[in-house]
Amino acid sequence: MFGLRRNPAFPQYPAASGDPMADRQNGQGYALLAPTLLVTAAALAAPLGLLAVYSLKTQSGIGFAAGWTLDQYVFVLGRESYRVLFLRSLAISAAVTAATVLLAYPMAYFVAFHARRKFLWLVALTIPFWTSYLLRVFAWKVILGFNGVINSGLERLGLIHAPLAFLLYNPFAVVVTLAHAWAAFAILPIYVSLEKIDRSLLEAAADLGDGRLRRFLRITLPLSMPGVIGAAVLIFVPTTGDYVTPELVGGTKGTMIANVIEIQFNQAGNWPLGAALALAGMALVGVVAGLLVWSARLAMRAAR
Amino acid sequence: MKKNPALLVYAFAYLAFLYVPVLFLPLFSFNDSRFISFPLTGFTTRWYRDLAADGAMLHALGNSLKAGAATALLSTLLGLLAAKAVTRYRLKATGAALGFISLPLFIPDIVLGISLLLLLGAVGLPQSLQAVVLGHLLVCVPFALTVLVARFEGFDRNLEEASADLGETGWMTFWRVTFPLVLPGICASLLLTFITSFDEFLVAYFLSGTEATLPVYIWGQLRFPERMPMVLALGALILAASVALVILAEVLRNRGMKRTRVGA
Repeated sequence: MFGLRRNPAFPQYPAASGDPMADRQNGQGYALLAPTLLVTAAALAAPLGLLAVYSLKTQSGIGFAAGWTLDQYVFVLGRESYRVLFLRSLAISAAVTAATVLLAYPMAYFVAFHARRKFLWLVALTIPFWTSYLLRVFAWKVILGFNGVINSGLERLGLIHAPLAFLLYNPFAVVVTLAHAWAAFAILPIYVSLEKIDRSLLEAAADLGDGRLRRFLRITLPLSMPGVIGAAVLIFVPTTGDYVTPELVGGTKGTMIANVIEIQFNQAGNWPLGAALALAGMALVGVVAGLLVWSARLAMRAAR
Repeated sequence: MKKNPALLVYAFAYLAFLYVPVLFLPLFSFNDSRFISFPLTGFTTRWYRDLAADGAMLHALGNSLKAGAATALLSTLLGLLAAKAVTRYRLKATGAALGFISLPLFIPDIVLGISLLLLLGAVGLPQSLQAVVLGHLLVCVPFALTVLVARFEGFDRNLEEASADLGETGWMTFWRVTFPLVLPGICASLLLTFITSFDEFLVAYFLSGTEATLPVYIWGQLRFPERMPMVLALGALILAASVALVILAEVLRNRGMKRTRVGA
């Protein structure tokens, strides 16, 4: 679904040039691409540019003060509470990513190597992902709530006598909910990379005397790492910016970047600060995700 | 391949982890109590009847259907043009163009929604359903493109060349050869982009203004505990409809793949 550039469905053809026929052909090709590029430019590039412009302003009443300033960024980077917020968002997303990938790996492994009706399993695993995101998150609020499913169920069974208050409105609830909501994004890339592994490599290793564990550690795991890294990025990047989950189940201790950005644009009415928070948050996530991919590639090269 | 019972148990436990939380929605939507907790008190279809009589909900449903249909048609059309450009021409800028088009997938929805809201303000347009569609196009076009490029790559392009050699014009070749072969991909793209738009909350939350879509309406209801059972009933219905659509999309995609493989 994502990472189109590296998708084998998009081969990079060598570009033709010099030949007038090829040039006319190229013109047609660009004409076909133009509408999509225009929509993306109008709906993405222009608004992001505007966001960058606003982040260099200062709020003054309902308008902006004249002149340009980096004050918003200085404020965002200098405040202890924002540092805590950014670090907490990254930590929650990192925990979500680790939990989702670790839980999904055996599942994807099962479908790739042991399931007989693979297609049926894949459909079964992706169906919950297509049901309303809002309601999936809400379902966890119902489950973890003070009078929710777990508490009322356990009380009914006589296992507890008072509701457990620690289930909802904390970072843990955010991690559980997001790990559930993003499961499909881990299973599919890992499954694809496992499915690609040449089975004769495993047979060769078995013939040469490797046991199951050594075979897994020396062949299957390293060859599936591209899928694992892909899944990690796919989950880490959007969950850091998630708004619904921390808002519904996070409470004050589980507030994340997106919730604070939203407050600046709605209740607080400080657009330049909101814009600076949004851009700083995106830059931070981009850098961390880039480091993640880079270090994983280094580790893979070192292991080889 | 050896059987591994531990792995099989894990697989079913994982399925339970995915499904059980979601299935609480339909379960409690038939429970005769305003409180979402055990024990279940009795069976009722009251919440569904309340839902059918809720005018605001029906209006939001209509908005979501309209936005979803427009998003699906437009993003599939844009995806179709771009997919043809990507697979049938040797363009230098293909990589850069695809990177740019898929960029929205790497940007948090809140940033997409807020920055589009700023753009509306800057050019003096009100929040509207059209603005929601524009926002949804950003997220849906990359999906449509992925599905359609896979279809374009999946069939033998000699068929198109043969049609051209036999004297058909470019448009007729597209209409009589390419389009029928890509049709399963178009259907899958329409369904996937429709569901994505229908389900999208955050972008619509900022851009819909007074014309709430269904997720925006649901978000507004979540604040009122007494409305919960009705929201659960709505969730159960959305669940059933989404499942039906996804299965349809998968069947279409699969059938299309098989037919081309045998045919070409």
